[in-house]
Amino acid sequence: MSKFLAFGEARDGELRNVSFETVAAARQIDESSEVVAVVFTDANAESFANEMIKHGADRAVTVEHSDLKEYTTDAYTQAAMAVIEQENPDGLVMGHTSAGKDLSPRLASKLDNGLISDVTSIEGSGDDATFVRPIYSGKAFEKKQITDGKTFITIRPNNIPPQEADDSRSGDVTSIDVDIKDLRTIIKEVIRKASEGVDLSEANIIVAGGRGVKSEEGFEPLHEMADVLGAAVGASRGACDAGYCDYSLQIGQTGKVVTPDLYFAVGISGAIQHLAGMSNSKVIVAINKDPEANIFNVADYGIVGDLFDVVPKLTEELKALKG
Amino acid sequence: MNIYVLLKKTFDTEEKIQVSGGKIEDDGAEFIINPYDEYAVEEAINLRDTHGGEVTVVTVGDEESEQQLRTALAMGADQAVLINTEDDVEEGDQVTTVKILEAFFKDKEADIILAGNVAIDEASGQVGPRLADKLDIPYVTTITAINIDGETVNIERDVEGDVEKLETSLPLLVTCQQGLNEPRYPSLPGIMKAKKKPLEELEIDDLDLDEDDVEPKTKTTEIYLPPEKEAGKVLEGEIDDQVKELVSLLKSEAKVL
Repeated sequence: MSKFLAFGEARDGELRNVSFETVAAARQIDESSEVVAVVFTDANAESFANEMIKHGADRAVTVEHSDLKEYTTDAYTQAAMAVIEQENPDGLVMGHTSAGKDLSPRLASKLDNGLISDVTSIEGSGDDATFVRPIYSGKAFEKKQITDGKTFITIRPNNIPPQEADDSRSGDVTSIDVDIKDLRTIIKEVIRKASEGVDLSEANIIVAGGRGVKSEEGFEPLHEMADVLGAAVGASRGACDAGYCDYSLQIGQTGKVVTPDLYFAVGISGAIQHLAGMSNSKVIVAINKDPEANIFNVADYGIVGDLFDVVPKLTEELKALKG
Repeated sequence: MNIYVLLKKTFDTEEKIQVSGGKIEDDGAEFIINPYDEYAVEEAINLRDTHGGEVTVVTVGDEESEQQLRTALAMGADQAVLINTEDDVEEGDQVTTVKILEAFFKDKEADIILAGNVAIDEASGQVGPRLADKLDIPYVTTITAINIDGETVNIERDVEGDVEKLETSLPLLVTCQQGLNEPRYPSLPGIMKAKKKPLEELEIDDLDLDEDDVEPKTKTTEIYLPPEKEAGKVLEGEIDDQVKELVSLLKSEAKVL
């Protein structure tokens, strides 16, 4: 029986959804495998571990340490290597999140292993498992296999469906003591900018604004609509370059590549670089006063009109629906 | 300061991607410096101007990568190294690239290595962190500000929209994120000077490596384009009615609300 490690990720005292997706991905690669949830945190390790077991993991290994409160490369590497040495897994699955992107190549290097990052779906299983990932920011896709060593992948949040929680599931939770030392980077301060609102990379619905939004204040109606929908707010490069919003919100070939269920492109013309970042969204709605705008070519539904007229009306209508 | 930049040539972001014979068609495509690597070149030049030293730009690529290296030299880098793998490496992955770079950097005593946080083509984001691990130096990814004072380095990095301030020390590898700087355009005198700046070309044999040493550990079995999206429905009528219709379509037809 093969053994997979599914790495959970906590943020602000809660497990991120991608944690459950790593469990599902491991299970998808090999249905009969033993899936071991791995949790690194400064507190609540056991409850996080149990949550991952309820979502399909067989058991869990945790490392609880004050140096694991915020992600740092060195501390997390030491914790992860301790777990890997103890468990000697056949495969590892991590979220392609800020932390996962930073940590996974380091672990792959230490294990002298291949790594397939940013996987959006899995085909086949066992040794034949093939991993689909977007390249050229989603303008194309490639299928990859690991030819040697452990099956090591990172998965893009929001693409591999997690299993529903099953409260009757239980499993062993063991904790490892790791002597974390020789940290070469020290976090001085974290300035929360993204904490208000929903994380773009994990959002099911995104409301994105472009140059047509005209100003920082112009984003206000988009925020109001996003609040009603529980959506994240994003932006095109044009809007970021014009200073209407922070670069952390940028969606596109440079910036974030997103695949929500529903994407509102508001006042976005639809440059090829922007389309690369969002055109694989399941449903796209375009709102633009220019009927010739390229965005209408990829949109499932379009409204030609002034966004400052359309968006508030849409917000009201959605409010009534959510009532 | 001994400053290095890892640079990759990528398709221009304007390019449409086509696949032929199971590969990305690159005939006639325009190439650029990977946009995130441009931030690295710009920051390297700024660090040199503040602290002294030299900027060396390194790429693992083919003959044509010289063009992007010349652009970096025209921006202000001092010298360039092209590790040309065209004749020796048929299939490679991040393991391949890092083996080559590790051999190159072995005796270089770099104070800082700057790279893009990701390349916009294959987008693995692995090469920087893997190389730092092999060289046994710390790394910080997705940086948006850097300040070096002696051995101490203060950095701001982007963590999914949050700003993390941290302290580390040289030698160091960093990967650059948008917002770090505004890359300059090469000036005409810069372009003229770049033609005379040293550009060393190496093959993996010069690094005491052969093809077996740089074997990849992953393989690509297929490359394909996503199904083309058909243009959808542009609604008509009064805006109030369109808004109502849209919400109803999203609910009952698309089932996303």
